[in-house]
Amino acid sequence: MAGRLTIHPNYWKVFLTFASNSLIRDMTFRANFIFQCISSVSWTAMNVGFYLIIFQFTNSIGEGTGWQRDEFFLFLATTWFINSIVQAFFMSNAEEFSELIRTGGLDFALLKPIDTQFLISFRRIEWSALSNFVAGLFIAGYSLYGLATRETDPYVPSIAMFVLYVFFVMCGVAIMYSVMICLAATSVWLGRNQTLYDFWFYITNFSRYPMEIYNRGWGTALLGLFTFVMPVLVVVNVPARVLAMPLHPRAWWEVPLMLWAIVATIASLAFSRWLFRKSLLSYRSASS
Amino acid sequence: MQLASDQSASKHGDFTSGIHLPNTLPRRLMTWWMVMRIALEERLAYRGDFALGTLMRFLPIITQIFLWGAVFSSLGDDSSTGKKLGGYNFPDMVAYFLLTMIARAFSSMPGLAGGIASQIRQGEIKRYLIQPVDLVGFLLLSRVAHKLAYYFVAAVPFAFVFFLCRGYFADGFPSAHLFIAFVGSLVMGFLLGFFLEATIGMIGFWFLEVSSLLFIFMLFSFFLSGHMFPLTLLPEGVLTIVNFLPFKYLAYFPAAIFLGKIPDDELPTELAIEAGWVAFFIIACRVMYSRGVKRYSGYGG
Repeated sequence: MAGRLTIHPNYWKVFLTFASNSLIRDMTFRANFIFQCISSVSWTAMNVGFYLIIFQFTNSIGEGTGWQRDEFFLFLATTWFINSIVQAFFMSNAEEFSELIRTGGLDFALLKPIDTQFLISFRRIEWSALSNFVAGLFIAGYSLYGLATRETDPYVPSIAMFVLYVFFVMCGVAIMYSVMICLAATSVWLGRNQTLYDFWFYITNFSRYPMEIYNRGWGTALLGLFTFVMPVLVVVNVPARVLAMPLHPRAWWEVPLMLWAIVATIASLAFSRWLFRKSLLSYRSASS
Repeated sequence: MQLASDQSASKHGDFTSGIHLPNTLPRRLMTWWMVMRIALEERLAYRGDFALGTLMRFLPIITQIFLWGAVFSSLGDDSSTGKKLGGYNFPDMVAYFLLTMIARAFSSMPGLAGGIASQIRQGEIKRYLIQPVDLVGFLLLSRVAHKLAYYFVAAVPFAFVFFLCRGYFADGFPSAHLFIAFVGSLVMGFLLGFFLEATIGMIGFWFLEVSSLLFIFMLFSFFLSGHMFPLTLLPEGVLTIVNFLPFKYLAYFPAAIFLGKIPDDELPTELAIEAGWVAFFIIACRVMYSRGVKRYSGYGG
């Protein structure tokens, strides 16, 4: 080594390489890819069916919350956008991470002249998971159309609301990503973390419904926990509220909640980054 | 292994070792006992992880309680006893979800179909063709052992959750005949779940890569078994079709019996139909296995 050799990789280029490599791999097994798309879309169809059944009997989720059918389906679409992005970009990588720890393959990731968290997070992109993103677009389009054409006060969101929506969806993805990185980091301490996916599923399960439903009895404690301590409830609720506007006029707490979502995003990113680096410090190679 | 070779000796004893060990019932029972003990110990090795996993599995129930609470409250029913959806009021609904957890604890067979398919693909199935151990019987016994171990460990978290939720069981404990029917439907649910999945797994003899197919099958089974909601919520036409499928016996049926939602005069017929499905899949599984083995070619060691 002559002097200090500092390498500044172009992260964007590296990311594009990862993306195209994954796409090439997916296209090599094309039938499998199509099957994966079909199976994730049928999971979507089943959920839509479930909520259609619920809305046969009731016209809103919760009394006076304003989550009627079209509003709620916009909520569902938001869940689908966020989940599909997380699954496409991070899920398989996080699973791979626990495997790297177990096998000692993390050594090679640590040696590369690039930020380890970046390398671990984006290595593989699951393109088939984005089929649910498309499914989400259909659901969102359908419910926006429903909102715009309903008989009593038709509602068309403004451009600003769409911009805010995209912004808060990204915040939601960032929070989910942080949760996932935290879970992945724990596998350094726990050895093999087989139940990572389960745990992820159980936690994010709370985020899939309008937060008002928890606001009764002992649910208030859960509401507080999952809004302020582990902010998975703001992930879907904030963007969905912005766009669907279930309450006319908006409730007084919506703006503070949006601001909190921004704070929560920054805090969870910072915390997960800190935890990830801390976990790397206690990593002891498993091989050679 | 030891046992397997003993048995093999007994079968071919006349010309291999000269030791004649008749394959009598006690010996067979011993084989079964051994298979079960191995599976039991395998399962209990990670009991901490296991108990925690069981408790976590109840977390989605919490969201279900609040979701349905919200749905019922928007029906203008805060006393939560009057209004019924598909014959279920709010406490019934929560009790239903808890009971389907029990039903699924019997009928769900994680990894069974996939395991069979991968054993076929990787050639491990050869073992069962050479050794005098029957594949289906072996898997069934291992499942029984796994399930027993599961109930042993899961009883504590289950009892805990049911105790916390006892208020939702408004009608208390069902009468004796319903309880017997409930237990019967659970046991048959186990057999149905096992042979249904095993039959699906045998498809691996014909198609090498079945994971996507299995996923779609799993989704259907999840939706149509009543794991997501009581099947009586389905629209009339769909419900008629679903009633003709075997899936409802995996989750909906036992829970509905316990809550007294199946009229007494229909109960024996329903149980008989379930038994019919069990018999059907036992035969289907056997037929597919023997057909599949004929197609199968195992290479390498």
